[in-house]
Amino acid sequence: MMFDRPLLRFVPRGTKINFMRGRFIGLATSAVLSIASLILFFHPGLTLGLDFRGGIVVEARTQGPADFNAIRAALAAQHVSAAGVQSFGGPDDVLIRLDTPPDSEPDHEARTQAMVDSVRHAIGTLPGAQVLRADAVGASVSKELFRNGMLALGISLLMILAYIWFRFEWEFAVSAVVTLILDLTKAIGFLVITHFEFDLVMVAAILTILGYSTNDKVVVYDRVRENLRKYRTMPLAELIDLSINETLSRTLGTSSTVFLAALPLALFGGASLSGFAWVMLFGIVVGTSSSIFIAAPLLLLMGERRLRRDARPPTRT
Amino acid sequence: MMYYSRLRMASVIGVCLIGLALCLPNVIRQPMASLPWRQIHLGLDLRGGSYLLLQVDMNSVTADRLRGLQDETRQTLLKNSLGYRNLTTSAHGVTFTPRTPEEAQPDIRALRAMPMNVPGEFRVEQAEGGQITLTLSEEAARQRSYDAVTQSIEIVRRRIDATGAIDPEITRQGDDRIIVELPGISDPERVKNLLGTTAKMTFHLVADSAIGSSVPPPGVELLPMTDGQSKLPVFSHVDVDGADLTNASASIDQQSGEWAVNFTFDSTGAQEFGDVTRANVGKRFAIVLDNKVIEAPVIRTAITGGSGQITGGFSAQQATDMALLLRAGALPAPLNVIEQRSIGPSLGADSIRAGGYSLAAGFVLVIAFMALFYGRFGWYANIALLANLVLMTAILSLFEATLTLPGMAGMLLTLGMAVDANILINERIREEVGRGRSALQAMQAGFERATGTIVDSNATALLAHVMLFVFGTGPVRGFALTITIGIVTTLFTTLLLSRMLMVRWYARTRPSALPV
Repeated sequence: MMFDRPLLRFVPRGTKINFMRGRFIGLATSAVLSIASLILFFHPGLTLGLDFRGGIVVEARTQGPADFNAIRAALAAQHVSAAGVQSFGGPDDVLIRLDTPPDSEPDHEARTQAMVDSVRHAIGTLPGAQVLRADAVGASVSKELFRNGMLALGISLLMILAYIWFRFEWEFAVSAVVTLILDLTKAIGFLVITHFEFDLVMVAAILTILGYSTNDKVVVYDRVRENLRKYRTMPLAELIDLSINETLSRTLGTSSTVFLAALPLALFGGASLSGFAWVMLFGIVVGTSSSIFIAAPLLLLMGERRLRRDARPPTRT
Repeated sequence: MMYYSRLRMASVIGVCLIGLALCLPNVIRQPMASLPWRQIHLGLDLRGGSYLLLQVDMNSVTADRLRGLQDETRQTLLKNSLGYRNLTTSAHGVTFTPRTPEEAQPDIRALRAMPMNVPGEFRVEQAEGGQITLTLSEEAARQRSYDAVTQSIEIVRRRIDATGAIDPEITRQGDDRIIVELPGISDPERVKNLLGTTAKMTFHLVADSAIGSSVPPPGVELLPMTDGQSKLPVFSHVDVDGADLTNASASIDQQSGEWAVNFTFDSTGAQEFGDVTRANVGKRFAIVLDNKVIEAPVIRTAITGGSGQITGGFSAQQATDMALLLRAGALPAPLNVIEQRSIGPSLGADSIRAGGYSLAAGFVLVIAFMALFYGRFGWYANIALLANLVLMTAILSLFEATLTLPGMAGMLLTLGMAVDANILINERIREEVGRGRSALQAMQAGFERATGTIVDSNATALLAHVMLFVFGTGPVRGFALTITIGIVTTLFTTLLLSRMLMVRWYARTRPSALPV
C-alpha cells in the first residue's frame, strides 16, 4: 500500500550532534538578542494597541482611492482635530486614530466616547464612504485591560514554574522559566521592530508561544530525566546531548506542524490575525531553538554538580 | 496497552459519533422543535455588531441616598422637637451640631430608630467636637450598588428591546458594569443616546415670584431649560413623579401639527396629578426630565383623566425616543459608556472568509505533513485530527460558545499542536524499532513512554490558557476557551482514538515490521 511507509524523513536516524559544545555561543547569542530587545523595549518602545493605549480607532472605506485632504477637512468640520489619518490595507481603506483626552479633564471618558460619533458623522459627509469598524476605549478601561494582560502573563509564568518544579526538580523549573523569560524578551523585541500593535490579542499570542515553548522544553527534560535513571555514570553534558539528539526528530516534527498551521494565517489571515500569526511563527522558531540552545545548557550549568552527584532517582509523582 | 476491549472501542467510537451529532445544528435546520438544538454563535467580530461597556455612576447612587438621609434626619429631629445647626451632607455622610450638648443623647436615640433599607445601613456617632455624624456602611453601599446594577440591567433591557434590536445580550460585569452586545447594529449612536439618558421625569410648580432673581430662595431650584439658554426657578418639591406613568406614546398633535408625547398615569399618579392641577389652575407647571425643564405650560383646567401631553418642539425621532424612555422607566443612576467597539457587516464577512481559508489551508498542510513523514500511522493521526475538529466543534456547540476571530486562530493552533502527541508516540516507536525491539514491544514501549510526556506538556499549556481565560476579556477569552477545550479533545483523540486505530491494525495484520 502506497501510504503505508513514510515517504520523507526529517532527521537521519541516530544523530550525534554535540550541542553542548556550543553552549556558550548559544547562551551568548541569546543574551545579546535579549539585551537588544530590552533596549528596543525602552527605546523606541512597543507600539501600544487600542486596548492598552485607550482612545479611538475608526476604519473606513472610501469610494475610490482615499483623498486624505478631504477626510481631514471633513473631520475638521466636525471639530475633530489632531486626528491621525493613515492608509491601511488597500488604497481605499483609511484608519483614523485619536488619543484619549488627558486624564486631568473631568469628562474625558465621555469625550472619548463622543469622538467616535463625530468621526462617524465626518465619514458620513464623504460620498460613498462607509465605516468598517469603530472602537473607543476609555482611559480607565485601557489601564485595567493592561493590568489584566500583565497579570495573565505573570501568573502563567509562575504556574508553569510551579508545575515543572512539582513534576521535575528545581533545576529544571528554574532553567525552563529563565529560558521562557528570555523568549519573552525576544518576542517583545520582535514586536518593537515589526511595529505590530501590542494589545490583548498579542498577549494571547505571547502566552501561546510561552505554552508552546514550555511544551517543547518538557519533552526534552522528560528525556533527560529518563536518561538520568538509565545511564547512571554518563557525564551530564553527554547525557543532555544524547537526550536532545533522541528527541530532535520529534522537536522538529512538531514545530513544523505548528509552523505550517500558522503560516497561512500569517499570509492570508487578514489584518487582525496576521500580526498574531507572525508573532506565533517567530515564537515557534525561538521556542524550539531555545529548548536546545538555552534551556539545555542552563540545566547543565545548574545541575552539573547536583543532578549527577546525588545520582538518586529523580522523583516521579 | 495493546488490548482494547469491545466496550472500550464502542465507547471511543460512540463519543466520536455523539460529537458528530452535536455538530449537526451548525449545518442543518432544526427538524423538530422538541429536539435540543445548540449551536455555536458567531462573535461580533465575525457577524458585525456593537459592544458597549457601561458603568453605573455609583457616586450618584450614594449622593441620592445621602440626600434622602439628610431629609429623613431633618424630619425625625423636628418630629421629636429636637433642634439642629449646620445640617450638611458630605461625600461620606450627614453631619449636624445638636442645639445644646444635652440634646445629643436624645438626638442619637431618635436617629438610630429611623427605618433602614438594609440592616446596619448607617451608623450614628458623636465626634469629639460634639457634632453628630451619620455614615453609610460599606456593606449597605455594596448592596445598594448591586441593586442599582440589577435594576439598571432591567431598564436597559426594556429600552433596547423597544428599539427592535435582534438578540441583544445584556450582562453584568464586575461590581458596577454592564455589557451590552448588539449583533447587527454597527452604528450604536442611537442606543448610546437612549442609554445615556436617565429619563427621570418629575412635575414641579414654577416659583413665579423668584423669576429674575439669580439666587433662589430656600426650597426653590434654578433649572436649565432644554434649549440650554435660559433658566427657570421651580419648587424643589416633586408634585407628581414620572415613575407613576403606565404608558407613553408619540403622536402628532392635532391642533399644532407638532410632534408630541402622550402619557398616562396609574391611579396614584392620576389622583395626584388631578389634585395638584385642581389646586393650581392658572399657575405654571414645569415638566422636568433629568433636571432640565422641557416645558412649563399654564394649567388651564384641572386634569383628572390621568393623561397628558408634552409638546417640546420635538422631531419625530426625539418624540419616539422620549416615549420609549418614559415607557421603559428611569434608570436608578446615570450610565456612562466607557468602551465601545463596533464592526460593520462587510468587515465581519471578510474576516470569516480570510479566517476560514487560512484554517482550511493550515489543516491541509498539517495533514499532508503527517502523511508524508509518518505514513500509515500518520494517516491514523489525521483521522484523529478530524475527530478532534469534530469534538471541538461539538463541545463549543454544547456550550453555545461564541466563535471569535482569535477563537478561529485558537482552533487552528490546537490542530497544529494536536499532532504533537502522535509525533511523540511515533518517534518513540521508531526509536524502539531502531533498538531492535519487535513490532509489538516497540508499540507497547512507544505508548507507555510517550503518555507521561504528553500529559506533562499538555498540562502546562492548559495552565497558561486557563489563566488567559480568567484574566482576559472579549475575543481573547474566546481564544483561551477554544484552546482549553482543544487540549482536552486532543488528549482524548490521541491517547484513545489514534492509539486504538494503531492497535486494531496490529491485531488485524500481525506485521513483523512496523511502517515507521
